[in-house]
Amino acid sequence: MTTALRTRPASVDAPVATKRRRRKSILLTGLVALFAIYSLVPMVWLLINATKTQDGLFSSFGLWFDDGKFALFANIKETLTYDDGVFVRWLGNTLLYVVVGAGGATILATLAGYGLAKFDFPGKRGVFAIVIGAVAVPGTALAVPTFLMFSKMNLTNTPWAVIIPSLVTPLGFYLMWTFSAEAVPDEIIEAARVDGAGEFRTFFKISVPLLAPGIVTVLLISTVATWNNYFLPLIMLKDPDWYPITLGLNAWNAQAATAGGQAVFNLVITGSLLTILPLIAAFLLLQRYWQSGLAAGSVKE
Amino acid sequence: MAVPQVAAPPGVRVKRRGRSWKGWQFVGPFMLVFAFVFLAPIAYTIYLSLYRNQLVGGNSFVGLDNYTKALQDSQFWSALGRVSLFLVVQVPIMLALALIVALAIDSGRLYGKAFFRVSIFLPYAVPAVVATLMWGFMYGNQFGLVKNINDWLGTALDPLAPNIVLASIGNIVTWEFIGYNMLILYSALATVPTSLYESAEIDGASQMKIITAIKLPAIRGAITIATIFSVIGSFQLFNEPSILRPLAKNAITTFFTPNLYASSLTFAGQQYNYAATVAIIMALVTMVIAYIVQLRGSRNR
Repeated sequence: MTTALRTRPASVDAPVATKRRRRKSILLTGLVALFAIYSLVPMVWLLINATKTQDGLFSSFGLWFDDGKFALFANIKETLTYDDGVFVRWLGNTLLYVVVGAGGATILATLAGYGLAKFDFPGKRGVFAIVIGAVAVPGTALAVPTFLMFSKMNLTNTPWAVIIPSLVTPLGFYLMWTFSAEAVPDEIIEAARVDGAGEFRTFFKISVPLLAPGIVTVLLISTVATWNNYFLPLIMLKDPDWYPITLGLNAWNAQAATAGGQAVFNLVITGSLLTILPLIAAFLLLQRYWQSGLAAGSVKE
Repeated sequence: MAVPQVAAPPGVRVKRRGRSWKGWQFVGPFMLVFAFVFLAPIAYTIYLSLYRNQLVGGNSFVGLDNYTKALQDSQFWSALGRVSLFLVVQVPIMLALALIVALAIDSGRLYGKAFFRVSIFLPYAVPAVVATLMWGFMYGNQFGLVKNINDWLGTALDPLAPNIVLASIGNIVTWEFIGYNMLILYSALATVPTSLYESAEIDGASQMKIITAIKLPAIRGAITIATIFSVIGSFQLFNEPSILRPLAKNAITTFFTPNLYASSLTFAGQQYNYAATVAIIMALVTMVIAYIVQLRGSRNR
């Protein structure tokens, strides 16, 4: 796999351009359209049903609007204010976990990937072997032991229990290492050293700009991972005040199943919509970066 | 993913003369956190798995007793069997579909290629919690699409019935990850030089022949990586069944998947030592299978 992942950052568009001249096929387009429908229908369902009241959910057809009642804005308002605005609190928690966790993970992975690619130091091979070996260890297999360890240290039920494990992304480290090896020529670093620049000055002034597409990709990957995190906070947090949004939505959903609990499916659905919109927006806006970055990281002989 | 060939990391210039501790300034912070959230929990898990905590006698060393117990535990085997079934059915279907889409998009014969690429990828940005809630609602017999279908056709479909709930979960996972795998495969296809198969086309080779003889061998590495990620994902299966559980209490047991089993052993049963043992066995199984996939993937290069 080391060889498989070796790559040149993103030359995806070049060969594609020469293929544009091919004859288009309606049949093939239709086939792929089926996949697109499959991918989009649940989101369309979510969008449509976010406009319905709790009663409307039960009385109207799933893939069309409830006649006469357009409750989207009422739902959004209720989602944001229900239970003293706990949804906003969860959203804030998620943002905290993303900014500190995913942001920190990106910084650590960038520094380490660059360090491994551009320096020779004692223990280098050991670092490489251990980290790559760790990619194979299932994250969730670690969650339970990490919980046990953290509870001994009184870290559970605090934001740190979610943030600290999010700080390490072996995959991000791996991507930054391949990316640094390709994107930052040794000669430039050597030249900066000859000019008397310190290692960190060289890194920030010269290397970081060259690494930008890789950094954005790792940031996106770790943002998605943190934003979507469920298992880890589920076992680490008991206090709903520290829940990220995913856990909160699940709690709302489970509320209907508990005796005497109020069914708030309209809020679960609207909350789900509000949860995915920022991520979808980020992906659409940053397309150029992640499409080339993922290409760089994951593939090529 | 599987054990790396560490010998010659690509792109890394080994500069013996420049060997110094400077690199640790970059790698150090990452390694510190890594040791805390990866290495320490792994060590702690191994430690836990060798002990047993009893009301009478307290904590005592029991050697491999916990492992013997796990290997005779029918609930553990049932969980392992279920994720293995999931692995051999869902993963090939998902990867085949992802490959079809990737080949179709790469063929350059689609109208609206960019639209398809993005829309099929979008589910990746949807958190597993939201994806499962959405599909769970659609599966539901209360206000879901399945209810609408049943009302129309007079059928009594229930995707959450015990005998098909695994397939329903497979559908959710497929929906979440087709786009991600498609993008990995597509990025690999895009880097195959067109010159490789243009001459074959001129010689009159069929598209099918070009795909099987040129394109697929060229992206073998990417297929291997996608497979390894999917293998790891299957063995770790947790979020989807855990979130669907309130809707399908009878169908999804507390030992539905190994991870679900480990987490319920920990939190419902307080059996930390045994849960740690299950986690270690699953990590070993995952690594072995991932390694086999990697060996097969790199054979006949």
